[in-house]
Amino acid sequence: MRYLFYPGCSMQRTARPYLDSLHAIQETLELELEEVHDWNCCGATEYMSIYRLPAFALIGRNLALAQQQANGSSTVMAACSACYLNLSKTDHYMREDSQLSQDVNTALQAGGLRYDPGTIAVRHLLDVILNDIGVERIRELVTRPLTGLRVAAYYGCMIVRPDLEHRWENPEYPTALEGLMTALGAEVVDFPLKTHCCGGHMTQISPETAYELIRRLVHGAALYEADVLVTVCPMCQLNLDAYQVEMNKHFKTDYEIPILFVTQLMGLAFGKDPDELGLGREFVDSGPALAKIGLAALDDEQAPPSPRKKRKKEEGLPMPPPMEGELR
Amino acid sequence: MSEKNARERIGVYVCHCGTNIAGVVDVKEVARWATERLANRGVVVARDDKFMCSSLGQELIESDIEKLGLTRVVVAACSPHLHEKTFRAACARAGLNPYLCEMASIREQVSWVTADKQVATQKAKAMISGAVERVHYHVPLEPLRVPINEATLVVGGGIAGIQAALEIANTGHPVYLVERDPSIGGHMAQFDKTFPTLDCAACILTPRMSEAGSHPNIHLLTWSEVEKVDGSVGSFSVAVRKKARYVNTDLCTGCGICVEKCPKKVIDSEFEVGIAYRKAVYTPFAQAVPRYPVVDDLNCIYFEKGTCKACEKFCPTNAIDFEQQDELITLEVGNIILATGFDLFDARRIPQYGYGRLANIFTSLEFERMCNAAGPTEGAIVLRDGRTAPRSVGIIHCVGSRDRNYNPYCSAICCMQSLKFAHLLHERTGAKVYNFYIDIRTPGKDFDEFYQRVLEEGTLFVRGKVAEVTDAARLLGEEGKLIIQVEDTLVGRQRRIPVDMVILSAGLEPRRDADEVARQFGISCSSAGWFTEKHPKLDPVSTMTEGLFVAGCASGPKDIPASVAQGSAAAARVISYIEQGELSLEPVRAFIEAAKCSGCRICNDLCPFNAITFDEQLVVSEITTALCQGCGTCVAACPAGAISGTGFSDEQVLAQIEGLLMLNVGDPTAFVGSHAELVEA
Repeated sequence: MRYLFYPGCSMQRTARPYLDSLHAIQETLELELEEVHDWNCCGATEYMSIYRLPAFALIGRNLALAQQQANGSSTVMAACSACYLNLSKTDHYMREDSQLSQDVNTALQAGGLRYDPGTIAVRHLLDVILNDIGVERIRELVTRPLTGLRVAAYYGCMIVRPDLEHRWENPEYPTALEGLMTALGAEVVDFPLKTHCCGGHMTQISPETAYELIRRLVHGAALYEADVLVTVCPMCQLNLDAYQVEMNKHFKTDYEIPILFVTQLMGLAFGKDPDELGLGREFVDSGPALAKIGLAALDDEQAPPSPRKKRKKEEGLPMPPPMEGELR
Repeated sequence: MSEKNARERIGVYVCHCGTNIAGVVDVKEVARWATERLANRGVVVARDDKFMCSSLGQELIESDIEKLGLTRVVVAACSPHLHEKTFRAACARAGLNPYLCEMASIREQVSWVTADKQVATQKAKAMISGAVERVHYHVPLEPLRVPINEATLVVGGGIAGIQAALEIANTGHPVYLVERDPSIGGHMAQFDKTFPTLDCAACILTPRMSEAGSHPNIHLLTWSEVEKVDGSVGSFSVAVRKKARYVNTDLCTGCGICVEKCPKKVIDSEFEVGIAYRKAVYTPFAQAVPRYPVVDDLNCIYFEKGTCKACEKFCPTNAIDFEQQDELITLEVGNIILATGFDLFDARRIPQYGYGRLANIFTSLEFERMCNAAGPTEGAIVLRDGRTAPRSVGIIHCVGSRDRNYNPYCSAICCMQSLKFAHLLHERTGAKVYNFYIDIRTPGKDFDEFYQRVLEEGTLFVRGKVAEVTDAARLLGEEGKLIIQVEDTLVGRQRRIPVDMVILSAGLEPRRDADEVARQFGISCSSAGWFTEKHPKLDPVSTMTEGLFVAGCASGPKDIPASVAQGSAAAARVISYIEQGELSLEPVRAFIEAAKCSGCRICNDLCPFNAITFDEQLVVSEITTALCQGCGTCVAACPAGAISGTGFSDEQVLAQIEGLLMLNVGDPTAFVGSHAELVEA
């Protein structure tokens, strides 16, 4: 399967392990990724709310480049949720608003470029994995199941909403990533905050606001005894991982939830070497989590995780069964 | 131009319908034009009148028939659905065969849908021209008469079906009451109290159930399902599968020893909606009618492993019979009432409300069972642990209703049901109760008084659609609670309200197999899936198929009084048919010329009324005249032109088209011109 690939700035730097792990599993997944030549920044989260036209023009340039380059594939795949949303929004609003489309194209003309809205389909890596490759195929590729690893599946707030192109089965409470994690052999914990905000760039503007948002998520994962929180967005990973330490200082807490990318966990399940997947470069050590699946030796201080208390069988009223075909 | 000579003497009557038509169409001009331009097409008189349907208007037609010797009548007025019968009757009174009268719908098809007065007037002329050309080819018809079998089939033994069955049985006519569950009673049997009077559902329902069970004229067929329906009004032939009960009902006394001794316990997902257990041999509830238990062969140890038979060993009357097989019986009935009820909306379809994931979220039906003294907690309102009483409860309205992601319609009963829950919670737990509503709808008798009472009891009302129910605590006091996140639209701010228990007032949906049942019986469903009535206001218990009636929630959400009223209404319609002994049917029917039929069967599946069958021996299709409603679908579809219709023959339709195109007055541009303007407009 061939896709035009828009990596975005984060994957080049702070989220390098995301890019490395994607490259590491690319062949296994038979993904052919052709990078959009000479792409530029998507403007991240703020720009669009402040300068609308320049923001759309900035992103429109990438779509125009992709349109030029499109031979055989007119799908641009982004792995970063912010990039995905920005590209997707630009294409969508240009389609809806002919004046905007005209204005953006006037701007693009300066560089000899043009974008015809609707010619490029913008999709997120997770969407490609789930819908083009499919959970069944992934299950077949697993050689080292993540048995015993308790995972909190975190979508973040930019991938499923607004669901402009109706790509997600339930934008309010998605469950597809959970299905993918189950296919890898992991145990999925309940994580009701799965689509809540990680704080985004509030870490730069108003750290205390961001800390509170980070605390909620990390606390939620800890409450359900997750070994690791899996994410599909560089910014979510950065906030929850790099700022977890700061947040702990701020609230005088001691959460230690490693934050990993979906591609890293897939790589582990496909039997790839942890180093190749960029593991070990995170702030919050994923060692104890990897130890659970036999991939890391524990220091003496890190006691093996105590076996979870088995809940005693209760005599209450039975719970409703899962819906037909529903993944738990 | 077809050369039907202008021998006929035609009268044209143009109705003003007050200003409904005359406000847009120049009716006087239309009448004048018809007299002048259609004179050579047989029109001898054209008149306009303020209300053609009034007795004066009708008398006008009658006197013209008598005095001017009219042989055909065209009435340009409303849709034939409304007044065709009226004008046909007027013709009949004046001695003209009623089927020589034709209506041109210049209200529904012209004045109500055309803004430009000139265009509308032109269009009305074309409609009349079409009707005039068509009516030449009308032939006198005689109504069909079919005898009515006095037996009636009622499908569904909920309160609507029971009511209908009792009403008919009490007039001395036999009724077959078919129910697919082991007992009659339906959803009402599961309820605890009924709004707004709070009388106990079982106390008012069970007398009706036992009356139906022991009525000499009611033949009860529980644990049975309709498999096939043949025939038509007056003489339906219905195949019913009596599922194997594995209990010989002639020997069983209903003592319950088999249930007591059965070692297999399973979750009762039917009557107790999943919050209690039952045995593999069971009667759904204490007052079940009939009282005989059923062996659940999917869960019975004997059927799984080939050994056990504890029930058989202990049965004092040897009534357990593991050799029993399904039995197919055929019922001959004259009329059918469908009272198949509803299914509850599956709240798991809204995952953000947490049902099925978070323990202390219950559906309305689960809560009904919990409140019921015969339910799993013997009426104690407790959390999922079976012990703890909730100190705060949130009731969420409109779950799956009035929501374009699920069902756009209002489920009609949820507001009152939620208010009832609030009252019961106050009475039995003293808990703090919140109602989360979009609008409160209490239009029934004594409903709003009940709402005021619940308000006074101290229930808190938050107006807003709940976004989410979560256990992710954030603020002080939220730990261990269910937090309801909602925009309070009266205060204008987001609120997080922690509670111990949440009740989801889930909406009503058509039965999962409603479309299949509709096909089986040859009726249609609305876009939401409810059975369609013949007329939503004036004929709410009939369907477009003669002899088939609907009652209760099968045609849309209803409360108990409405369901009971519909049960009685449907029964009255059936009794009227039975008492008449025979029924006259519209003679507008399709028929197949066997010699022309190639046996391609294209028409077989197209018929919306299941009126076309295939004769395997003669290799031709045949139409059951009494089932045919004269819709004309098959006539249009037949590639061999073997099907024609009385009342819509090819020549009638072609003549009407030519008339519409004004070919008869030699002015084809007249209509085309107006049509072009229409398109532009």
